[in-house]
Amino acid sequence: MKDNLIKISHGGGGLIMHRLLNEEIIPVLSDRAQTVLEDAAVLDAPGAKLAFTTDSYVVNPLFFPGGDIGKLAICGTVNDLSMRGAKPLWISVGLIIEEGFSIADLRKILKSAKKAAEEAGVAIVAGDTKVVERGKADGLFINTSGVGVIREEPLISVAKAKPGDALIINGTIGDHGIAIVTYRETFPFKVSVESDCAPLSSLVETMLASGEVHALRDPTRGGLASALNEIADASKCSIEIWEESIPVRDEVRGICEVLGLDPLGVANEGKVLAAVKSEDAEEIVSKMRSQKYGSDSCVIGKVLEGPPGEVRLATSIGSRRILTMPSGEQLPRIC
Amino acid sequence: MKYIDEFRNPVAAEKLAHKIKSSGTRMRIMEVCGTHTMAIARSALRPLLSPDVELISGPGCPVCVTSDTDIDRAIAISLMPDVVLATFGDMMRVPGSESSLSDAKAKGALVRVVYSPLEALKIAKEQPDKKVVFLGIGFETTAPAVAATVLKAKDENVSNFYVLSLHKLIPPALKALLSTEDLHLDGLILPGHVSAIIGSKPYEFIPREFGIPCVIAGFEPLDILSAISMISDMKKTNPAVEIGYARAVRPEGNPKALNVMYSVFEKVSALWRGISEIPQSGLDLKSEFAQFSASSFDVELPEPKEKKGCVCGDVIRGRVKPNECPLFGKSCTPESPVGPCMVSSEGTCASYYIYGD
Ligand code: SF4
Repeated sequence: MKDNLIKISHGGGGLIMHRLLNEEIIPVLSDRAQTVLEDAAVLDAPGAKLAFTTDSYVVNPLFFPGGDIGKLAICGTVNDLSMRGAKPLWISVGLIIEEGFSIADLRKILKSAKKAAEEAGVAIVAGDTKVVERGKADGLFINTSGVGVIREEPLISVAKAKPGDALIINGTIGDHGIAIVTYRETFPFKVSVESDCAPLSSLVETMLASGEVHALRDPTRGGLASALNEIADASKCSIEIWEESIPVRDEVRGICEVLGLDPLGVANEGKVLAAVKSEDAEEIVSKMRSQKYGSDSCVIGKVLEGPPGEVRLATSIGSRRILTMPSGEQLPRIC
Repeated sequence: MKYIDEFRNPVAAEKLAHKIKSSGTRMRIMEVCGTHTMAIARSALRPLLSPDVELISGPGCPVCVTSDTDIDRAIAISLMPDVVLATFGDMMRVPGSESSLSDAKAKGALVRVVYSPLEALKIAKEQPDKKVVFLGIGFETTAPAVAATVLKAKDENVSNFYVLSLHKLIPPALKALLSTEDLHLDGLILPGHVSAIIGSKPYEFIPREFGIPCVIAGFEPLDILSAISMISDMKKTNPAVEIGYARAVRPEGNPKALNVMYSVFEKVSALWRGISEIPQSGLDLKSEFAQFSASSFDVELPEPKEKKGCVCGDVIRGRVKPNECPLFGKSCTPESPVGPCMVSSEGTCASYYIYGD
């Protein structure tokens, strides 16, 4: 890598971070390069297929409209497992706490983590707690790891989207990223956008039961644009999406305009992008709509034969452009 | 979603595009403002209008027109002991002669990304042992808020708050550009946000002296299409400055904001990347606010180094399109930008790269 110091953009989830992963981290640590692009690794255990994943949470502020770091830490890991079609079962929670942190806040955060775990049907079975000197961490960081079992065959994978598939999203995009930035106490004006932070395990279970699902991705950092590019890349197909069909809240669109962001590149924490067999799309969407976290589900595009890795956006005024992978430097510490 | 969708209706867009194209004349139009550049690329207006309308981008990206020397100065100030440099996020990765603010931050400089100058003032109050310098980059849109913050700092006797004022003014830059270049323009799309502050009068010299029709436009795709259609109606026979963004812009602008701005700032000469030094085109703090000025901080600047092959200056002047730059998309990408036009969220090169123009 050209840089010799780590910068904030190395953690942004876009191309700059991919470079850090592919050039510095993965070649040293992993010999399973083909699985690391997935949200969770799939492991063969005697008698079962397991999904395994880990994630660290450094969100600032710790409490935000629609959630807090505790809920986020559970949902993020639950969702990563769900994206492999796994049923999330067990989770570990590691806390790194800064000296001077309020016990009352810690209690609130743990309670909310517990509540999210109950909703997702996972058990918190292991944990670790460290305290560091004041100034050495920003309040609280959380790491969670999770294990789930996979019952569906064939495997769901970001590389399994097929030409002809319909692409589905379960609701408005960009809510989480915008909720976090606008809630930071210093943001100049107040807006009422809530984070979409939610455990998607039961929604995904419904989807799997109502039709043939090929690929799932949670569009977190890097937003929908990243998730679409990752599917197109890994599945070696091209994708067309329709701007008009993508649900975006007015407030989110407005703030994005002020900040010069594209809502398609803004993070979500309760969204799932799915590539499904087109004949099953209608049924899957209608079943999703009856669920709490799927009421605004809709088809937003389709997978095509075309040049591998290309994502095209049909704009709302009837023109077309390429939707590139965001480079990922904006909005640090949103998850 | 109703309000915005009114300005994104495909049927209306199609109608306007058809009207523009059927007028039969080829037009070369400059969109002055970086926000327009981005909006045009994001909704892919160019392919919709091509080849009848050629849209070229102008000097209205504040980050892009900031000179290397000024960027170097900001970086040097951020590296001073006891300084916190507060900046809009857009400036972080802009390359100066040797490095960027983001490099300085990784080396230990205290650089904070803020969304408003008030946030910087707040940091100053929280950290009285630090000198907090707000990096004032922007046009007439941003300057009033910075001025109001300086007034507040004075009012509250905050003695550790400073502004490095690199603010610039749009009309003098347009004058300089139009007098030195023959861009063969058939029209100008003027910035909506800047004009909400300054109104339409400061642009009247453009049709008068250069015979070019101008329309002040909003930022939705239909705003831009209708601005083009208005330009096409006016033609060069009857050039004027028209307001196509009446929901935000009045001819007289926003006198209150202008008052605040000129109570704190005065016009000075300023260096623009690609255009050179333009008299009366920048804003600096008036002498009675000198205590808040960071311009006089004693810093050593690196030798200005030319960015080999980068033609940002020509891009800003509308002479070269980004994809005509030999480095575009090769050694220069948003991940490793060579010039500011590739990194700013309003930069022309970034817009071409990200939205695949
Ligand atoms: S593509 Fe890069 S190097 Fe070329 S003009 Fe634009 S910013 Fe400069």
